[in-house]
Amino acid sequence: MMRAFKALLARDLRLATRVGGGGGMAVFFFLVVVSIVPLGIGPDLNLLAMVAPGMLWVGLLLSALLTLDRLFQADFEDGSLDLLMTGDLPLEMVVVAKALSHWLTTGLPLVVAAPLLGLLLNLDVAAFPPLMFAMLIGAPALSFLGTIGAALTVGVRRGGLLASLLVMPLYIPVLIFGVGAASAAVAGMPEGVAAQSFGLLAAVGLVSLVIGPVAAAAGLRANLR
Amino acid sequence: MTYPAMTYPTMRLEGVELACLRGGRLVFEGLSFALEGGEVLELTGPNGAGKSSLLRQMAGLLELAAGRLVMTPDNGDVPLSARLHYVGHQDALKPAMSVVETAHFWAGYLGGGSDIEAALGALDLAALANLPVAYLSAGQKRRLALSRLMLAPRPLWLLDEPTVGLDTASIARLVALMERHLGAGGMIVAATHLDLGLGVIKTLNLASLAGTETP
Repeated sequence: MMRAFKALLARDLRLATRVGGGGGMAVFFFLVVVSIVPLGIGPDLNLLAMVAPGMLWVGLLLSALLTLDRLFQADFEDGSLDLLMTGDLPLEMVVVAKALSHWLTTGLPLVVAAPLLGLLLNLDVAAFPPLMFAMLIGAPALSFLGTIGAALTVGVRRGGLLASLLVMPLYIPVLIFGVGAASAAVAGMPEGVAAQSFGLLAAVGLVSLVIGPVAAAAGLRANLR
Repeated sequence: MTYPAMTYPTMRLEGVELACLRGGRLVFEGLSFALEGGEVLELTGPNGAGKSSLLRQMAGLLELAAGRLVMTPDNGDVPLSARLHYVGHQDALKPAMSVVETAHFWAGYLGGGSDIEAALGALDLAALANLPVAYLSAGQKRRLALSRLMLAPRPLWLLDEPTVGLDTASIARLVALMERHLGAGGMIVAATHLDLGLGVIKTLNLASLAGTETP
């Protein structure tokens, strides 16, 4: 079973880096989103520093959403998904492998790139470590929760928008606690806020690790049968 | 061709009073069959008779509206779907991967042996091993899809029109592989319009089992 899991993960990573839509692409999208923010709200440095954590989180969310819709759809369209179901790997673990590869090719590169983009938004250097730490905890949750939307819309052509609508509400807790954890250091909030936000963000992340695969596998079964 | 000789334990696949419901339409009902090791079950019938649906039901990709499918001996916790190969209409290939990468992936995923060269050689794909799938012709893609049969030994083969796109030499190669699979005690259920000239064939005509139309 472990061998099948590794084979699937390796294939998905290879495809993601080869076909595009991999790490590089997501980082560039992230860069574009972040660099149009100053154009939109003006070059006021104080204002930029204030909205920076939120903007970076929204950028991360959008990048994750944009790359989600093909998670299962490509395999569904060419018949691979049928065969993935005839392996001895449970469908839940197939979802875990897919979510993991999505996180490795989308979430992780964005977390690494976040401080660089934070500089563009005049984010205080002191806020980099909490921001990166919060994103590191939150990004897997985005991938795992995202599998639910991707699975439910697997049979829908151009289901990307629908998947985003379905997944966005699930992302809200991640966004709230993620921004809370990252901006507590900047805004000078009371002592306990950052720690509480980190705790809640980690809780959301852990719940999504379980809920995501189970719900997505159920969604896929419902779609295929 | 150096492919390890192996035999499957004696086994039997039985379908009892199967029915298939697609979009509110009863495609077939009361379908029963029994298949022993070393036998082929050929599915015939006009388009829409439910040949593909039956194969998908056997593969666990489509729900049984009624009846049951039993494979004996029961292999404990290994589900039926992990003891069969399903080759459907779609080739399930990724254009960005090379032939040998594709074979490696399926061997790893389906829990097959390490002799990938032999599997590719069995379908005359050895010379194309490093070519990306995107550059293969339809027949070559089909052969690569069929190479999964060789990559992992599984007792039941479900073949949905396996000869589509294949030239005469490739069909002969496929028939030889099917014969060897049967000789080893394996089972094949195939929907095909071609007479493949295989030995023990049971035929199941789905046209006679067409369900009564529901309003």
